[in-house]
Order: sequence, then structure tokens, then C-alpha cells
Amino acid sequence: MEIKFTEENLKKLEEAKSHYPTNDAALMSALWLAQYQFGWLSTDVMKYVGNLLNIPYEHVLGVAEFYTMYNKKPVGKHHLQVCTNVSCMLCGGYDVVDYISNKLYISVGETTPDGKFTLIEAECLGSCGTAPMMQINDYYEENLTKDKIDAILDKLAKSE
Amino acid sequence: MSDFQPIILKNITDLHNIEVYMKNGGYSAFKKALKLTPEAIIEEVKKSGLRGRGGACFPTGMKWSFMPQKTDKPKYLCANGDESEPASFKDREIFEKNPHQFIEGTLIACKAMGIKTAYVYIRGEYYPWIVMLQKAIDDAYAKGLIGKNILGSDFSTEIYIHRGAGAYICGEETALLNSIEGKRGMPRFKPPFPANFGLWGCPTTINNIETLANIPPIIDNGGEWFSKIGEPKHAGSLLYGLSGHINKPGIYELPSGTLLTDLIYKYGGGVKDNKAIKMIIPGGSSMPPLTAGEIEGLQMDNEHLKSVNSYIGTGGIVVMNEDTDVVKVIKRITKFYYHESCGQCTPCREGCGWMLRILDRIDKGMGRSEDIELLRDVANNIEGNTICAFGDAAAWPVKWAIKKFMPDFEKKVKESVELPIANKVHSLRLTVQE
Repeated sequence: MEIKFTEENLKKLEEAKSHYPTNDAALMSALWLAQYQFGWLSTDVMKYVGNLLNIPYEHVLGVAEFYTMYNKKPVGKHHLQVCTNVSCMLCGGYDVVDYISNKLYISVGETTPDGKFTLIEAECLGSCGTAPMMQINDYYEENLTKDKIDAILDKLAKSE
Repeated sequence: MSDFQPIILKNITDLHNIEVYMKNGGYSAFKKALKLTPEAIIEEVKKSGLRGRGGACFPTGMKWSFMPQKTDKPKYLCANGDESEPASFKDREIFEKNPHQFIEGTLIACKAMGIKTAYVYIRGEYYPWIVMLQKAIDDAYAKGLIGKNILGSDFSTEIYIHRGAGAYICGEETALLNSIEGKRGMPRFKPPFPANFGLWGCPTTINNIETLANIPPIIDNGGEWFSKIGEPKHAGSLLYGLSGHINKPGIYELPSGTLLTDLIYKYGGGVKDNKAIKMIIPGGSSMPPLTAGEIEGLQMDNEHLKSVNSYIGTGGIVVMNEDTDVVKVIKRITKFYYHESCGQCTPCREGCGWMLRILDRIDKGMGRSEDIELLRDVANNIEGNTICAFGDAAAWPVKWAIKKFMPDFEKKVKESVELPIANKVHSLRLTVQE
């Protein structure tokens, strides 16, 4: 597969560049665009982004490695990020992890064989008042119960 | 104070809509500020006694006055919406319910300091809220409230959102600057302070989202009005976030100095299942925890919390009931700091991992009797020995939990020490019998 931004993403990148006095500052926006288009940041993707912005690959790698939300390896279509920090832990965050882990037959950090779900433990997601919770890709699912998790996962499993 | 009217999270439906916001007097403070001199605005903010809401409680007016008025370099404002401190979730409430008051505050801040570009740094996880704020900014652009020659004046400013990507440390102001510059978010040495050498070496001010959202009412009603709300030394209202073992968790806007017991029992509906309280974190996970004995009559503001050796932080209160395992909680908090340490300073990078390993073995019943002393020693050696305040944030919960909840730590260590002895005695007995 040729690694190349879509026209739309190139336009978005130009817009991001216009917000800052230097090209470097648009790197984080560029990595976000790349992650949305390619799913994860492979070495080739990072090299491509570096070339676009005229930044050495090593610097791109350094930034991508520093921030946890950039995926440095492929993830499932639905990235289940369960918060287990203090407030969620007190309200059963680890029970949610165990429940999903048992239900999907994967442990933390693994992806289901069909490539649909990846389960990870996340640090505080700023949703302490509605604990326990998880983030699925970009969206929050809050006040989780077993029934609610079942409903969410079943719906996602059926979706294409 | 039951007749208190919220300043930020007002009880108006659809306030996030620009039309509704403007109908309720929105952007009038900004229009007023456009006619004022920068000095007059800063004077008003100074008079209000507003302190930064990000945790350090630095007087906002004073911070603004550090910005050089005459300089050839461009100046920048960064609004800090990284909000990754465990137990704090107030800024997203502002993005969701009253984004325009925050935008208005940002515009007034830009006017006061002669700033032409403002960046709003929002943590990457808050994607839905980034979308909400972007919508609000776009609406304000459409009304001519942001952009070039705002409302026909000679004042121009731009507001951009910078999306983070999951790094707690980027909430530290100099790390945030590095992150906006497209680098790894590692804190910088101070001095030079950001007011002189910030973004791309230019004068920069960094304010919390909640701080900026407090500015419009100050300009509207005057600094003196604001200074009379809550405790004089920490004026204004605070967005308290209640979470943990509590019946009605959520964000409550109340005057500073509200009683902690009122927050828990009157507003939060009390502890779940009517249990007793074991431990309370008063302002985000990095603040020293409180025991049940310390909460009676305790007012929630920075000055009063200092009397029990803690701080208000971001106002995120975690309530833990009597069944809570203190060691487990502290271990989880330490795991967070271990994960989030940027790795720049050795005491923090190595110390957080060391503390986590000690806590882990104590928790698993494999602790040694000298472990508690060792843990305290490691914590003391992190505190104050790092570039930024992250080291203190990681050390405080451990250090103070040991001090205040010693019996819990001792119990776990003792149990584990006695177990092998018991086994030995048991096997000895068996041998004798045989």
C-alpha cells in the first residue's frame, strides 16, 4: 500500500501548519491525521510525515513514542481503553477489565483474532464523576455495568 | 451560603449556544474590556484576588503583570486544558456547558496583555469536548468576536486548539509549551520564566481553563465584587469534583471555603451504603491525603487545607470508605506516576519505579520490615530534587499516607513477616511429633 495522505488530510495539514510559526509544531496534528488514516504509526508512516514537514525521522519517532495515544503497533477496530485509576478503581474499574477480558478471551494489551477489539488499561481519562468508564476510540462510555458492557460490545461486534 | 449563584456553571439551559449566551449578557465584559486600557484590566483582576485554578494558586493578576507590555516579539497565551490529574474533571464541564465564557475570558486576557495568538491545549482523550469547543470558537469567529479587527476595533486575535496525545506531564506549564512546539513534553528549567522566554522564546502566559472562565464576571461586576465571594485569601467559587465512594458524584460549583463535610453529606449525598470514611484526597491524586479525623470543620480552600498539610490542587475530592485498602490505593497512584514520568530527572524516573516495586511487594504480602522506612526515604529523595513539581506530586501521596496511615502499612508488612515464621514453627512441630 502506498503511504500518502488523502487530499482532504493534506488540506487539513496545511490548515494546521498555518496555526503555528514553525513546521515542527504541526507534527502532533500530522501524526493524528496519519493515525486516523492509516490506523497506526508504522515506521514508513512516520518517515512519510517527517518528509512532509521536513523533520528528521528520529524526531518524529521520539514524539510518537512519548505520547501514549499514538499507536505504535496495530490495534483493533474498536480500541477499548478502560480507566483503572483511583476513582474508577474504587468504583470497580478492575472488575470492568476482568469482565471484558473474560468475555472477549483476551488479556490486557491483546487484540481479538478477528481484529475487532483491543483491550488496554488506561490512566485517568477525566471521567471520575461517572466511574467506572472506558473510552472506545474517541468516545466515552460512562457509568458502566455488566449489562451495559454486554450491550455495547454486542452492538460493536455486529457493526461492520 | 445556600443563596450562592454559580459564576461559571450557571443554571441556564443551552448556555453553550452562542445565541443563548449572548442573550444572557454574554460578551458584554469583552466589549467593556475593549474600551479599557490593559493596565486597567490587569488592575481589576489583581483587585479580585483571583488565584490560578490549576493547582498552584498563583495570583492571576500578578502573573499577567509579568508580561512585558512593550516588546518586538510576538506574545502568546496558552490555556491549559490538559486536565490529566486523577480525580479532576472540571474543565470538560466548562467546555460542555459554558465554552463561551471561557472564550470571552481568553479574549479579555489577550486584550490585557496585547496577545495576538492564543492556544488552547486540550488533552487528546477529550476528543468530544474538543469538537464542542471548536464549534463554539467557530460560532464566535462567525460573529466577528475572534479574528481581525474585532468588532471594528484595532484589536485582533486568533484562538487555536492544540490537541495533546495522552501525556499527564503536558499539564506542567513548560512541558505544555514544548508540546505545542511539537516536541516531547518535557518540562524546562525555570528561570527563564515563560513570561520572558516561553513559546518559541517569546513572552507567554499560561492560565488554567477555569481561571480564564472566571475573568468575564470580574470585568462585568468589578474585582471588588469577586473578592467578596468565599474566603478572602482564595476568592471566588471553585469547581469541586466529587468522586469515589459517594452517592452523588459530579462537579459542584460552590464558594471557596465550603465545608468538606457539607460537600460530602449535603451536596454529595453522603458515603455509599452509609459507611464511615477512611481516607479523603482533597484536590487530585498528588495532594497529601486526609484522615477521617481531619475532615470535621475543615474548609476547602488553600489556606485552610495548609493547616492539615495538604493543598486544594484542582479541587478533585476522592472519598474512600472504611473498607478501602490504603496500600492498594497508594500503589495505584504511584503506578500512575511511574507511567507518566517524562524520564528527564533521575530521582523521579527511577524513584517512581522503585516506590512502585516496594509498594507492590508490601501489597502482595511480601514486604520486609525495613520497607516502610525505605519507601519514606525514596519519597523524600524525589521531593524537591526534580526540574518540575511532578516529583513532589509523586512523593507526597506516599510520604503522607505513610505518616497518616502507618497502621495500615505496618499491618500488611507484619502479616507477611509472620507468615514464614508460622510456617517454620509448624514444620518444627511436625518434625518433633514424628
